[in-house]
Amino acid sequence: MSATASDAAFVEFERVQKSYDGENLVVKDLNLSMPQGEFLTMLGPSGSGKTTCLMMLAGFETATHGEIRLDGVSINNIPPHKRGIGMVFQNYALFPHMTVGENLAFPLEVRKMGKSDRDEKVRRALDMVQMGAFAGRRPAQLSGGQQQRIALARALVFQPELVLMDEPLGALDKQLRETLQFEITNLAHELGITVVYVTHDQTEALTMSDRVAVFDDGRIQQLAPPDELYEAPQNSFVAQFIGENNTLEGVVKEIKGDTCIVQLDSGDIIDAKPVNVATVGERTRVSIRPERVEFDKNRLSPYAHTLKATVKEFIYMGDIFRTRLSVAGTEDFVIKSRNAPDQTRLTPGREIEIGWLPQDCRALDA
Amino acid sequence: MKLTKTLLATSYLTLTATMAVSDGHMASEMTIVSWGGAYTASQQAAYHDPYMENTGIAIINDDSSSEGIAKMRAMNEAGNITWDLVDLEAADAIRACDEGLALEIDHDADLAAAPDGTSASEDFGDMIVSECFIPQIVFSTTFGYRTDMLADGAVAPKGACDVFDLETYPGRRGLNRQPIANMEWALLCDGVAYEDVYDILETEQGQEQAFAMLDTIKSETIWWSSAAESIQLLADGEVFMASSYNGRLFAAIVEQDQPFGMAWNWQMFDLDGWVVPAGLSEERLARTMDFLNFATDTQRLADQAKYISYGPARASSAPLVGKHATLGIDMAPHMPTDPNNAENTFVNNYEWWADYRDDLDAKFQAWLAQ
Amino acid sequence: MTDTSTQPSGPVLAADGTPLKRSLNRALRRQKIRALMLIAPLLLFILITFIWPIAQMLFRSVENQIVSDVLPSTVASLADWDGAEGTTPGDETFYALTQDLMAAVVRKDHTRLGSRLNYETTGISSLFRKSGRKVDDMGEVYTDQFVGLDDAWEDPATWVALMADLRWVAAQSEWDGEGDEPAFRLNADAANALPKTAAAYQTFATTIQIEDNDSPTEEEPWNTVYLALYADLSADASTQVDGAQSELIATAAAEVGSFETEDLRASFVDIDEDWDTHDTWSTIKTYSPDLTNGYFLNAVDLQKTPDGSEWRPENEQIYIELFWRTLLMSFAITASCILLGYPVAWLLANLPMRSANILMILVLLPFWTSLLVRTSAWKVLLQDQGVINSLLVWIGVIADDNRLALINNATGTIIAMTHILLPFMILPLYSVMKTIPPTYLRAAKSLGATNWTAFWRVYFPQSVPGIGAGSILVFILAIGYYITPEIVGGTKGVFISNRIAYHISSSLNWGLAAALGSILLALVLLFYWLYDKIVGIDNVKLGG
Repeated sequence: MSATASDAAFVEFERVQKSYDGENLVVKDLNLSMPQGEFLTMLGPSGSGKTTCLMMLAGFETATHGEIRLDGVSINNIPPHKRGIGMVFQNYALFPHMTVGENLAFPLEVRKMGKSDRDEKVRRALDMVQMGAFAGRRPAQLSGGQQQRIALARALVFQPELVLMDEPLGALDKQLRETLQFEITNLAHELGITVVYVTHDQTEALTMSDRVAVFDDGRIQQLAPPDELYEAPQNSFVAQFIGENNTLEGVVKEIKGDTCIVQLDSGDIIDAKPVNVATVGERTRVSIRPERVEFDKNRLSPYAHTLKATVKEFIYMGDIFRTRLSVAGTEDFVIKSRNAPDQTRLTPGREIEIGWLPQDCRALDA
Repeated sequence: MKLTKTLLATSYLTLTATMAVSDGHMASEMTIVSWGGAYTASQQAAYHDPYMENTGIAIINDDSSSEGIAKMRAMNEAGNITWDLVDLEAADAIRACDEGLALEIDHDADLAAAPDGTSASEDFGDMIVSECFIPQIVFSTTFGYRTDMLADGAVAPKGACDVFDLETYPGRRGLNRQPIANMEWALLCDGVAYEDVYDILETEQGQEQAFAMLDTIKSETIWWSSAAESIQLLADGEVFMASSYNGRLFAAIVEQDQPFGMAWNWQMFDLDGWVVPAGLSEERLARTMDFLNFATDTQRLADQAKYISYGPARASSAPLVGKHATLGIDMAPHMPTDPNNAENTFVNNYEWWADYRDDLDAKFQAWLAQ
Repeated sequence: MTDTSTQPSGPVLAADGTPLKRSLNRALRRQKIRALMLIAPLLLFILITFIWPIAQMLFRSVENQIVSDVLPSTVASLADWDGAEGTTPGDETFYALTQDLMAAVVRKDHTRLGSRLNYETTGISSLFRKSGRKVDDMGEVYTDQFVGLDDAWEDPATWVALMADLRWVAAQSEWDGEGDEPAFRLNADAANALPKTAAAYQTFATTIQIEDNDSPTEEEPWNTVYLALYADLSADASTQVDGAQSELIATAAAEVGSFETEDLRASFVDIDEDWDTHDTWSTIKTYSPDLTNGYFLNAVDLQKTPDGSEWRPENEQIYIELFWRTLLMSFAITASCILLGYPVAWLLANLPMRSANILMILVLLPFWTSLLVRTSAWKVLLQDQGVINSLLVWIGVIADDNRLALINNATGTIIAMTHILLPFMILPLYSVMKTIPPTYLRAAKSLGATNWTAFWRVYFPQSVPGIGAGSILVFILAIGYYITPEIVGGTKGVFISNRIAYHISSSLNWGLAAALGSILLALVLLFYWLYDKIVGIDNVKLGG
């Protein structure tokens, strides 16, 4: 996390709701608080309300209910051009009739900045994204990656404290995307700006952000740093949405402190960590990461419950092996193992027993 | 190569379709060009219908007379005459004859004599203004006014000169957007004797005098370019008085009950009749001449006057004019030729206008644009 | 072909050994021919129905063959006349005119020529018509005297024997009466001995053969032939011909000196005094070349004179003013279309689909109504006693006796034509605006631009290609409109096209109409070029 981050809320959503048609809420009761200097990503499937939240923050949509505050001041009634928020769009939105230099000078010009100051700032902003030589070009003469760099520079050139990015790398190829992800986080941290970043790509969210807000159905399902999000999803949507996951369904039989026993629908008994189950007899969905599943008995606790499994498919993926098993009635239970010299390669048809540490298997809502 | 063949065939078809100079005429069809509206209807009732019944030849009406002469020229140049007979005003007929677009007619040989044996040329008399022209009707350009817009106690206008009297008859005027008739009226109402009108109009001073007279009402005048427009101007109350063709005014007053009155004095007589396009094939020409012979005989011309208030061009038809076909009113008093209608009349001097039309039209348009 | 494959520095070769370039060209040519054949039907259609008639029409603006066609020898003899003010041409010209006019009357050409020259000088129409009626009497005095000398002069056979080529005589006698008679051919000796007579007889023979399907063997020559004979014999009394007619000629040659003569000039002046005026003759001389710039001069209020051109009298000048008016009003119409169309197009591009569709139908509705109906509807709305004026009077904005003049003037034309042409502005604008993503405006606002700045600096420049396309469409359509100005324009709201229409359909002065049309076309091209220079034609988009 950035060193300049302070705990005082810089961006705040308080009980914000949004409806377009007066019948359905697109955003339901959103509460969010960001300190200055944080890089926060809004992640979620399309239609989850993340872009609407961003647009409300930018001022292009108005909240139906609730309050949005920037640096302690309510901005609900402030028009977008007075909010001083930088924004980067998915399709770059570079003005096609202006050169790169003119595009960058535009925000300074509307702020009535003198020409020499303007030129200086434009030059510096271009250098910042390594595009200094391109000031005279038209956007159409640049590649996608170059255009996005310019768009970034334009959003930063007037030194906003908050920058919003709406799937900025969505249209780029994988390699370029990774380079730019790195550059954007670096720049954000160097400049100490607060960033709200919207994406539907979880890898991007995990690699770039200080915190990630997972959106679904108009609500934030979980707001946490990437590692926590991955390791400790709060509910089965987050668990499903972030990373690969095996799920098994069953009923809670017993809860003892931070472990519980779950009887699966197939009748098998397993150990799990109760996350959001409270009472015995409740239905639950347990979630286990593929890389946390063990089939080497020696590495399991002698008291651990195990399940019988049949190997269905073995896929060699280079750095890891991916094995599909038939377990407790499901056919697509996946385990991943590191390609180490002593690693066993499971052949299809082989019968094995699998198990895990109770804290790796999280009993979530059904 | 199949594609090539298809393409060649398409091109060939396009070529032949565009170039096709088909005669377009069935053996039993005839295309007759006229003015449309009530006028064509009167021709249809008076001669097309009986002729079709007698001969079985189908007559197709084409309402293109207003641009008849231009189209005749275009057809003539393309060498593809699709019209068999064209109804034109006398001035246009003379022009068509001059341009070699219309066929010269031997009136006595080609047309029926009067019932009493008087030859056709004698029966039509002066109305044969060109060797190509077969007169049909006499019409007049005269004036109509709104009876309901007449000031209280004012005497109803009698004719052309009241148009220039803005004091007695305030309000807008509607006049034809061309010099013919307007120039004559201007001089006649400025005190020029009728015999001298054309002599004076030949001179610069005479033309200036006429324009000066027209200047007195220019700001109050709406200029029309089609006769239907002049009636519409009157009907909408846009003008108090407008020049128009007497048949149109008759139809508006008698058939549509419009509150119009007629002001006949100094009405200008004009002729309308047939011309035969030059260049018809012998077979078509024979058919056309047969129709002409029938359609311009004494009875047919008298019949036409049952449907429209235009005077038949044959002297022998006049006594046969009867009552309106549907309204049953006596048609004779509505004819422009009825001596009770106007003290003074004049006849469009075709030959003079043939000379001065281009020149005066340019001057007239320039005057209008000032 | 030499084997170049052994030389590494030579041209690159295709697999079959031909140079690669030639191979490529051949392949490309085949493709081009195929493409050309695909568009051939349309190309032919356009060429035949569109380009060719226009080219023909435009050619009329300079074409002037009629004078030299109808009066060939008159035109030739006028070359000797210097055209000086106050003079008329010599007797030779009157002789030539008699000869030409006689043939023209039989061909019925003289009235057409009269109409043509009447465009230039008033009175020539009736001059030719009147003269045409009397020209066949001219020279009759000579006919009578020749016949008085010998009855043989009356006999067509005498003339054929004197004038005809023997081969023609033979062909004629073999002719069975089916189809056309063999075309008359002159005998060379006669042409040498009696040049004028031969020329006159040749004209006579050819003309009656073509026009009346008559034969020279059966028709007595026109008086003009006797006139020519008199001219030949009186010029050279020693004229001799060989053959059977030598005695006849010799007798006549001896007698012509005592013939009663006719003064042709006097005869013409007797028909109409205009033959004695400089104006008439200078018009004929000025317009005798096959090509003329006269129509173009007329089209810009000039007139052609023997020594160049001069302004027409002020009371006949109208075309320059009409061109100006047409241009100014077309600009005004284009401007009001932009003003009215821009917001509508913006709404169309930015409203939700359903409302936009309804709006689009409203925009297109005028397209589906007849032009005449729309124009007449404006008449009902705009006239003195019309809806708008009555409404204003009823509200009390204007007094009853002070109604607004909204029609029969330039205002009426601009209002009605703006309405009619509006869709041509809205549609290109709409299709261009549709391609401008709303994110540009958002981006501009997020960068700190107010709504107006965002629109003016970011949205508007991107919609300029649409304005350009719409303006070109509207302007070019407006400049050539004539129905609407004719109906609602009165006298101050008519366009140059109304005069073109008049000359096409009423005065039949197609040459002038073509010249006016050519100038209009040139103006449109000029504005197109200017537009390209100023805005750039790449900046025109109809969409996408």
